[in-house]
Amino acid sequence: MNKYFKIFKNGIIDENPTFVLLLGMCPTLGTTSSAFNGLSMGLATTAVLILSNLIISLIKNLVPDKVRIPSYIVVIASLVTILQMVIKAYAPEVDKSLGLFIPLIVVNCIILGRAEAFAAKNGPVESIFDGIGIGIGFSLALTLLGAVREFLGAGAIFGFTLQGENYGMLLFVLAPGAFLALGYLIAIVNQLRSKK
Amino acid sequence: MEYILIFITAIFVNNIVLSQFLGICPFLGVSKKVSTASGMGLAVTFVLTLATIVTYLIQKFVLDPNGLAYLQTIAFILVIAALVQMVEIILKKVSPSLYQALGVFLPLITTNCCILGVAILVIQKDYNLLQGVVYAVSTALGFYLAMVIFAGLREQLAMTKVPKAMNGMPIALVTAALLSMAFMGFSGVDGGLKILFGLD
Amino acid sequence: MALVLTIIAVVAGAALAAVNAVTAPQIEKINADNLAAGIKEVMGSDKINVAEPQQKTATVAGKEKTFIVYDVTDDSGAKLGKAVQTSENGFGGELQVLVGFDQEGTILGYTILQHAETPGLGAKAGDWFQKENGEKRTVVGKTPGKVNFTVSKDGGDIDAITASTITSRAFLLAIKNAYDNVCVTDANTGATTQAKN
Repeated sequence: MNKYFKIFKNGIIDENPTFVLLLGMCPTLGTTSSAFNGLSMGLATTAVLILSNLIISLIKNLVPDKVRIPSYIVVIASLVTILQMVIKAYAPEVDKSLGLFIPLIVVNCIILGRAEAFAAKNGPVESIFDGIGIGIGFSLALTLLGAVREFLGAGAIFGFTLQGENYGMLLFVLAPGAFLALGYLIAIVNQLRSKK
Repeated sequence: MEYILIFITAIFVNNIVLSQFLGICPFLGVSKKVSTASGMGLAVTFVLTLATIVTYLIQKFVLDPNGLAYLQTIAFILVIAALVQMVEIILKKVSPSLYQALGVFLPLITTNCCILGVAILVIQKDYNLLQGVVYAVSTALGFYLAMVIFAGLREQLAMTKVPKAMNGMPIALVTAALLSMAFMGFSGVDGGLKILFGLD
Repeated sequence: MALVLTIIAVVAGAALAAVNAVTAPQIEKINADNLAAGIKEVMGSDKINVAEPQQKTATVAGKEKTFIVYDVTDDSGAKLGKAVQTSENGFGGELQVLVGFDQEGTILGYTILQHAETPGLGAKAGDWFQKENGEKRTVVGKTPGKVNFTVSKDGGDIDAITASTITSRAFLLAIKNAYDNVCVTDANTGATTQAKN
């Protein structure tokens, strides 16, 4: 059990995909205009990551080395397409707000990166835990970034107004705010890590 | 006139990196030097244009007629991966000098989300082939422009002293924010052009 | 080697086809439900019957515009008015509005079906012009032909969304076009709506 907990914690803290590994920056910046959007994107990515880690760790011995990457891409792309259809059918609001970024989960470097670095070398159970850990780490980071941007930009968090309608530096909801908020969040994380 | 509008909008108003957030990985990853940034920009321009043409034809002549639109993502990403490999092989044979300039960047391009993103956007926006190509080329030039400006800024940045926690990625992101703010100044230009060209 | 890749691709394709078969009808149903709920909202009533949609094209300022018109009756079959789907170019792209008119062309309600406006600015159009925001902001209860149906900056009677004049203009123009080309022309040619079906 301890081993699994370690894999789990590794994904959330030590190898946090957003703040430490700096992977998957496109959805990180593109979908975090609010806390809810960030959370939806994080959970969608987590679902794909867990399943792709599982499937790839199961088929890793069947796939010849030369066609490894294309095979992994086919697996990931199928999972993403399935997710896209399910979201469209049962959560159309999420589909509206994330839009193009759902199919682009295919090219999120986190997913192919974990497939190569972890799932291709470990068993299915470990791979699932790695998927959960990294996925939660990614979701937490996106939700945090979304919450910061929504609070500064619109005076609300998860749609609950905290500061009144006319408060807000709109810039944080727009494109520059994404870069700015992420830059300062990473700086804070760096500062905390160097103190430890 | 319509093509000029697509061209200017894609480069300045809706810059792929600074306002659409596609292709951020190479934008942050290979922008420490102007020379590598411009190499990456050229490689992307090349592949993006080719990929858009091929994926457009596949969508219109293979997927749509057979009711297979749900295979879009999987088909497009395989086409892009195969195309990148082919470009690499052909370039190696035909033009070793160009291969040397672009070679190292080519494998990275498969997972550059602006290629898949633009391929899907061209279909979503219901462009015809020529509009799609103009859009792809302009988007790629917008990417190139953003890369080169950003790399120039980072070269200067490397010579300045920044607080320790801000060093590296954080200060680069703050710089990108300022650049993105500068590009926001172009917003609304497309509306003005539409009126100027009498397209609205 | 190629065999393995082919097998993977075939399995993946089959899985996608299976999921698509399940979700495609659901997606269609959701779209239909959303439209039905939208029509109820803009007509301000739950007990309605909606006729089959009709397309109407008109030339507005040199450009061809298409309106989708749903004639709405209440349970007893009396005419309530019509819901019209109309669109205009906003700040970020196409702004699609569904607007409900009563028989006299007075606006009963509206909803934004699709937009690409700036979050926090033009994207507020869905709430801004609603009734509870007061007489100076709302479009509900007004008749586009009887009031000056433009933003106050252009000398009109309606206050634009703060810092989003372009979105507001597009929104009002979309509704005005629907009124001019659907409500007014129908009134001129007599009540032919029933015969059209």
